[in-house]
Amino acid sequence: MADRAVAVAGVGYTPFTRSSGRPVLDLAADAAVAACADAGLTLAELDGIASHMVGSDSENCQALATALALPGLRFVLDLNQAGHAPCHLVGLAAAAIATGRAEHVLVFRALNGRSGTKVGSARFPGRGGQYRYPIGYDAYPMYIAMWARRYLHETGQGIEDLGSVAVAHRAYAVRNERAVQRRPLDMAGYLASPMVADPFRAADCTTEVDGACALLVTSLDRARDLARPPAVVASAAYRAGPRPGLDIGDHVLTGDYTRNFTEGLRDELFGRAGLTPGDVDVAALYDCFTSAVLMSLEGLGLADRGGAGELVRSGRLPVNTHGGLLGEGYLHGMNTVAEAVLQVQGRGGDRQAPDHEVAVATSGALMDGSALLLRSDR
Amino acid sequence: MTARPRPAPPEPDADSATFWAALREERIALQRCSACQRLRFPPMGRCPWCATSGGAAEDVPGTGSVYSWIVVHRAFDEAFAADVPYVVATVDLDEGPRLALRLDEPDGVDFGARVRPRFHHHEDWSELRMVLDG
Repeated sequence: MADRAVAVAGVGYTPFTRSSGRPVLDLAADAAVAACADAGLTLAELDGIASHMVGSDSENCQALATALALPGLRFVLDLNQAGHAPCHLVGLAAAAIATGRAEHVLVFRALNGRSGTKVGSARFPGRGGQYRYPIGYDAYPMYIAMWARRYLHETGQGIEDLGSVAVAHRAYAVRNERAVQRRPLDMAGYLASPMVADPFRAADCTTEVDGACALLVTSLDRARDLARPPAVVASAAYRAGPRPGLDIGDHVLTGDYTRNFTEGLRDELFGRAGLTPGDVDVAALYDCFTSAVLMSLEGLGLADRGGAGELVRSGRLPVNTHGGLLGEGYLHGMNTVAEAVLQVQGRGGDRQAPDHEVAVATSGALMDGSALLLRSDR
Repeated sequence: MTARPRPAPPEPDADSATFWAALREERIALQRCSACQRLRFPPMGRCPWCATSGGAAEDVPGTGSVYSWIVVHRAFDEAFAADVPYVVATVDLDEGPRLALRLDEPDGVDFGARVRPRFHHHEDWSELRMVLDG
């Protein structure tokens, strides 16, 4: 049996807030109900759920199936991974659907990431923490800033290139009702933002929020019968480089801090879809911090090495039209994938990219991560 | 008035106990792979380049050069609030391994800057820091 084509048929969100006042399972269920309603699918048709969490900051798929009164599951996937997971989850759900192992898979991320456990400064389980936490090297902005300084140095870019990402993302966030950072930001405002971990200012960092986001993945044939235009999953890829470390904050075994996982998966990602970087109309790139956008633009071949900041300033390629995790809020990149879906579907509203046949989405910032290519159903 | 909170000490595991004990004596003890001869850090049961099990610890001088660094302006742990701003650097030892550690007296730090070890003895553990060399 030939593999079936697969598509994302709907997206669902809760509001993104600083304090939801609600259990994470309720947030997950609300986003799931919203995603199914968006696609025009009844809950009882779900036969798969996939999700990820960091430590124990969310609820597993079993709990959501119970909360949604689902009659049964054929596919379930609980990953303990951080921001490198969302595209990977969609890719795995797509593989299950393509091979007939599931029909309708809900992919979600839910957390009280502001009022509960804040991943940016959480202590990760694993063997690498004993070398970091006792010396005050203990938060994610620090690790990524360590890469960013070396990256800017080797690629001949500077602070203004980081700032260009913050400014461009904020301009989109201003137009996004869901975004938590909607005050306009210019370069002077960026440069006046307080230092957190030099070279990062507060404006280089995502805003942690409470909330949930869900995607409904199904076969392309089924999606064509549903309410929204299908966002076809053209390709998915995951990549970890050699020696990716003992935990998600351990990067001393990685030699090159100037190239992230996107460079490693680029050829596989585009090759499988029969597309090239030049075909990309809109990009939704994981941006826990500004530097991740620059590195991923270069790694994916969307910009020349050292040219990412200039590309962002030029506006030639719409990048993170939701305002990114920087502006919309930190749903660990599930909302990044959701924005790529909305763009391909032509549902971006005031922030819709003019051309939107092909979108690329990424999950992750450093050694390991995943990516998707989505395209319209033509 | 409350005492300043102290950083939580490291919790050594079976592989790292030798490393931490050596720092107490102002030595830097790293594992060397018996097959590919690479030194490695962090300590672990197999060589992350060739997967050979085991490896003997040996002392290294600890001189090296700065690969990258950050200046922490906002402490995420109250124990470090009085230290800001402070510098954390990734240092490539002359023997190979990369370590992330605090850089004392960091004025003039740059890419490739030469550094040498400086040991800080806390009440119940010892910390490897670096200072600029020359």
